Amino acid sequence: MKRFIGSLVVMLGMLVATCAAAEQPFIVVASTTSTEQSGLFGHLLPSFTKDTGIEVRVVAVGTGQALDIGRRGDADVVFVHDKPAELKWLAEGNGVARYPVMYNDFVLIGPKADPAHVAGGKDIAVAFRKIEQAKAPFVSRADKSGTYSAELRLWKDAGIDIAKDKGPWYRETGSGMGPALNTAAGMNAYILSDRGTWLNFRNPGDLEIVVQGDKRLFNQYGVMLVNPANHPQVKKGLGQEFIDWLVSPHGQQVIATYKIDGQQLFFPNAGTDS
Amino acid sequence: MDTISQSFALALGMVAHLDPRLTQIVGLSIAISLTSTLCSAAIGLPLGAAVAIARFPGRGPLIVALNAAMGLPPVVVGLLVYLLLSRAGPLGEFGLLFTPTAMVIAQTILIVPIIAALTRQIVEDAWVEYREQLRSLNASWRQSTVTLLWDTRWSLLTVLLAGFGRAASEVGAVIIVGGNIDGVTRVMTTAIALETSKGDLALALGLGIVLLTLVMLVNVGAHLTRQWARVRFG
Amino acid sequence: MGDAEVIAGLPIVASGITIVRGGTRVLDGIELTIEARSRTFILGANGAGKSMLLRVLHGLIAPDAGTVRWGRQTARPINQAMVFQRACLLRRSAAGNVRHALALAGIRRSEARQRVDDALARVGLTAIADRPARVLSGGEQQRLALARASALEPEVLFLDEPTASLDPPATRAVESIVSAIHARGTTIVMTTHSLGQAKRLADTVVFLDAGRVTEIADATQFFAAPRSPEARAFLEGERL
Repeated sequence: MKRFIGSLVVMLGMLVATCAAAEQPFIVVASTTSTEQSGLFGHLLPSFTKDTGIEVRVVAVGTGQALDIGRRGDADVVFVHDKPAELKWLAEGNGVARYPVMYNDFVLIGPKADPAHVAGGKDIAVAFRKIEQAKAPFVSRADKSGTYSAELRLWKDAGIDIAKDKGPWYRETGSGMGPALNTAAGMNAYILSDRGTWLNFRNPGDLEIVVQGDKRLFNQYGVMLVNPANHPQVKKGLGQEFIDWLVSPHGQQVIATYKIDGQQLFFPNAGTDS
Repeated sequence: MDTISQSFALALGMVAHLDPRLTQIVGLSIAISLTSTLCSAAIGLPLGAAVAIARFPGRGPLIVALNAAMGLPPVVVGLLVYLLLSRAGPLGEFGLLFTPTAMVIAQTILIVPIIAALTRQIVEDAWVEYREQLRSLNASWRQSTVTLLWDTRWSLLTVLLAGFGRAASEVGAVIIVGGNIDGVTRVMTTAIALETSKGDLALALGLGIVLLTLVMLVNVGAHLTRQWARVRFG
Repeated sequence: MGDAEVIAGLPIVASGITIVRGGTRVLDGIELTIEARSRTFILGANGAGKSMLLRVLHGLIAPDAGTVRWGRQTARPINQAMVFQRACLLRRSAAGNVRHALALAGIRRSEARQRVDDALARVGLTAIADRPARVLSGGEQQRLALARASALEPEVLFLDEPTASLDPPATRAVESIVSAIHARGTTIVMTTHSLGQAKRLADTVVFLDAGRVTEIADATQFFAAPRSPEARAFLEGERL
């Protein structure tokens, strides 16, 4: 028993030692599941760390939760995709400034059988109306994510008051992009997804992209430093260094080179007013 | 079926090649869960033994509360710890959120009731057997507690392992307070959750198989130890 | 232990001891004195209250009415020991069990070592000192319990039917150990079901019937001619 306790103490010591060894400068970035699960960060961050020696610890959650983490001061940088929510967050004094970084697009995913006959269409509002009329199963994130915000805007564009018109066909999962895609695959339902997560998704079942290319499916990502005036512990210098790197020509180029199956996933557009 | 057989192949492959990412995740899982188990033991064992031996008003409700707390919903504990450790929370100044320490705190809260409640049961049974003898030997409360804890050590080992098992297999709390940060707070369960949401079910299940095997090995070890102890010490 | 001054907790004087359990008087107004260096046996049928009385005299159970005085003290003195019907041994070695009892009594380690060796030698368990106590035979366990008790060098040793579940050789071993402990100056208070045992060991007999003392007598005289009708009936029943 004493030897057992002894070995436990040694292990504990090793844990502490590991933590101490990891005392490389780091920042915490609250970001969205789409950037993490599409594999972008796996491609981007090693490059940044190599250039600057700064480790980036990503907490990947929905946009709403990421903004909340920033608001509470639990992250240094917020990297999300819901411009209206971001501007509101800034206006409330939670951050310093917003930098557009890149965009990708949303795609409407649906079953190959296409019960609502929307496949190949170029107008997302028309497709949404058809789905509503056909009462075809549709899986909604129904969380505080950027994708959900986009979905709600699209229902509005289609002239549908989804809060009022939803029926059993409209399945609100309250989950992240991946779990929601799993649900849609299981139920053969339509679902709005960001292209990156979809391309990196390994359990598509009978689903495929049915509508893409509409301007309204444009999905802009922005990055913001959490306001050090509210939270003195925010690593202002390191965080700003990360933001500057992202919008620099080099960072933008690294973003552009991320591809899955030869397809570019994110399109850098720093310096625009997107 | 295809996914399942694929997962076994993946799991075997990962273990066989000692995949460095897997070893890192497994190592972190074990380190965090062991630390939580140790902290919980330091609290739960004396607490359980004290409740077993002492008689005080409110003891009955306390036992019920301890037993009920064994089923604490991890997500609720995670949320509570999150709010406590957040910069905007009462313990924010320590900057513990999204660190392994936060995960240890959450797991400790989850498994202290398990260890305390099971210890209470085991020590109380032993106390019934030893009470008169210990009283006759003029043992104080403290001495009785220590004596009983030591005498039931082999049974308590199983209790600690039950706590370890819960800590190692829990995901709801650690994903909230740890943030599932790659290389920092990503453990087996949060990695499984991540791979599941990426739709890589085979890899998720493969990791799950590794986790199950680990927990199973630990329990087989505990079982054999107890068997040996029963023969050796009665 | 030969010093009269050391014997502070004797005689044990019990007066008016009453214990009520579930509305029944399990012990009913017991008056009893245990003299120093005596070997007092408490006899009686099952349920007469023998074990209960022993526990009251040892101070393990507080009576509902009446008082026990140990010498001049009214608080339970520490230099007593008790051996129970089932030896309650810890999951430690034989020697470890004795060491544990000495540690609880606050005996210094250096002194304890010698006492452990002596006590184990006294009961003939030296050879198995390092064996785990719980896997010893019933007779060995009871001898170990006696070793543990005697290592404490108690003024009084209480024994509650210590041979109830032992075979004759183990019983004889226990009896000779009890005699040896008594010879070292320890007062013995014991219950038993075996009249033969009481005859071999007792100086004084206390006879209990339904929670009352019906007779306190010198052992020889008690077995030759019990005065109380209850004791007479009991002895006759046992002879059948």
